[in-house]
Amino acid sequence: MDFQLVKTIFLENWPMFLRGAGMTIVISVISTLLGAVIGLLIGVVRTIPTPESNRKRAVLKVVNAIFSAYIEYFRGTPMIVQAMVIYYGSALLFDIHMNRFAAAILIVSINTGAYMAEIVRGGIISIDKGQFEAAHAIGMNHTQSMVNVILPQVIRNILPATANEFVINIKDTSVLNVIGVTELFFQTKSITGNNFKFFESYFIASIIYLLMTFTITRILRHFEKRLDGPQNYDLVGNQMQV
Amino acid sequence: MERILEIQHLRKSFGNNEVLKDINFSVDKGEVVSIIGSSGSGKSTLLRCINLLEKPTGGKIVYKGRNILDNGIDIYAYRTKLGMVFQQFNLFNNHNVLSNCTVGQIKVLKRSKEEAEEIAMKYLRVVGMDQYINANPKQLSGGQKQRVAIARALAMEPDVMLFDEPTSALDPEMVGEVLKVIKELAEMGQTMLVVTHEMEFAKEVSDRVIFMDKGVIAEEGAPEQIFNNPIQERTREFLKRTLKAV
Ligand SMILES: Nc1ncnc2c1ncn2[C@@H]1O[C@H](COP(=O)(O)OP(=O)(O)OP(=O)(O)O)[C@@H](O)[C@H]1O
Ligand SMILES: [Mg+2]
Repeated sequence: MDFQLVKTIFLENWPMFLRGAGMTIVISVISTLLGAVIGLLIGVVRTIPTPESNRKRAVLKVVNAIFSAYIEYFRGTPMIVQAMVIYYGSALLFDIHMNRFAAAILIVSINTGAYMAEIVRGGIISIDKGQFEAAHAIGMNHTQSMVNVILPQVIRNILPATANEFVINIKDTSVLNVIGVTELFFQTKSITGNNFKFFESYFIASIIYLLMTFTITRILRHFEKRLDGPQNYDLVGNQMQV
Repeated sequence: MERILEIQHLRKSFGNNEVLKDINFSVDKGEVVSIIGSSGSGKSTLLRCINLLEKPTGGKIVYKGRNILDNGIDIYAYRTKLGMVFQQFNLFNNHNVLSNCTVGQIKVLKRSKEEAEEIAMKYLRVVGMDQYINANPKQLSGGQKQRVAIARALAMEPDVMLFDEPTSALDPEMVGEVLKVIKELAEMGQTMLVVTHEMEFAKEVSDRVIFMDKGVIAEEGAPEQIFNNPIQERTREFLKRTLKAV
């Protein structure tokens, strides 16, 4: 491999690579966060206990059916196809001409949301039943139990899965080049359109992707550790003062 | 004597399995009532019906003169009047010791943080866990967890404490510390309903003992009667079996 050439290509095109990488990161961060929020909301609704009243039960059933369809569709189809359907579909069916950046955020968010909804539901179900019972026994209603006891534990537990979604998003935003979003893959493609050095240019792109995913994995792992708090605790007061 | 709880014709089925059949008894203020009986006799289910973790199939649960199974009763407010202690402790994993004892007071009873912490500390001192306020549940031994769970329930200042085999999940050397705390509560006049397999303890601490068998109250009476002169054959057999096993 001609490292000199790789170096030259990078030095000539680094602003484009950098802008592409920046776009990739921005889309991934925003979409992963939005996706996590979508997933959290849907996961919470899907685990609401069956209500007593018939009307509420019917409403909940319809809502859950819609959510199921959403999850199945976005987990069961490739994001590259979803991108096409949403971008061109919104123009054709609703006459909405989306800004490419907004479209990118929308597509990746709802795609991530579908995965996160299942992760959150699994996270809620896997919390020990005793936690719900203790919360109820102390007089908390369902919402109070969720907010004060269950969800904080769920969020901690799904952090690794969320980090995983984030890494996937960094890689998968590359498919957004089909709707002309100027992320890293798109920029690399433009660079090769001028220099015709496919291998060297994409090799640089791959290293940039790797740097991004590697760094983000480390940062999130560090964050998880910090959330868990100190390993030890200090006793308060001293035994003499009775 | 003020009547706190009165259970009338309580029934509970899981599918076609009738676990509680026409249960009747009452608890007065300041009384300590123990429930004993073999595994599967319905003791936990009875306790869980009383605080509505299970929905009774029939009958009445009268709390201070009102049937809480009637429509329009605020069951969340009712539950704050009962302090539940579980076999598996069930401390909130995302809260430290102090916060386990304040979160209910703050979120449900709407007490201020300062007031809640003061009350929590009072009861953490009662159970001897006031030095551990910064510890997380997973950093505590079973006996310590259970004592915090007792403080958490007490901090709500309930009318009745419900204990469901509070020492069954503990290593033998930790059983004593928890029983000691419950005994102290009894001496302080706390009204309590205690499901237990600790016969010596039940004999010592109870004003009244209920023996359950196959979903019914087979015998009810003073500890001297149940443990020394049981009337029912079933009670005698149960005691013979359990006392031999120890
Ligand atoms: N959620 C449930 N669904 C179906 N059956 C149940 C459920 N909970 C309890 N049971 C049944 O009810 C019966 C009484 O159970 P319960 O837990 O009340 O007994 P127990 O007296 O507390 O026993 P132990 O001393 O082992 O704790 C058992 O036959 C049990 O299988
Ligand atoms: Mg039981």
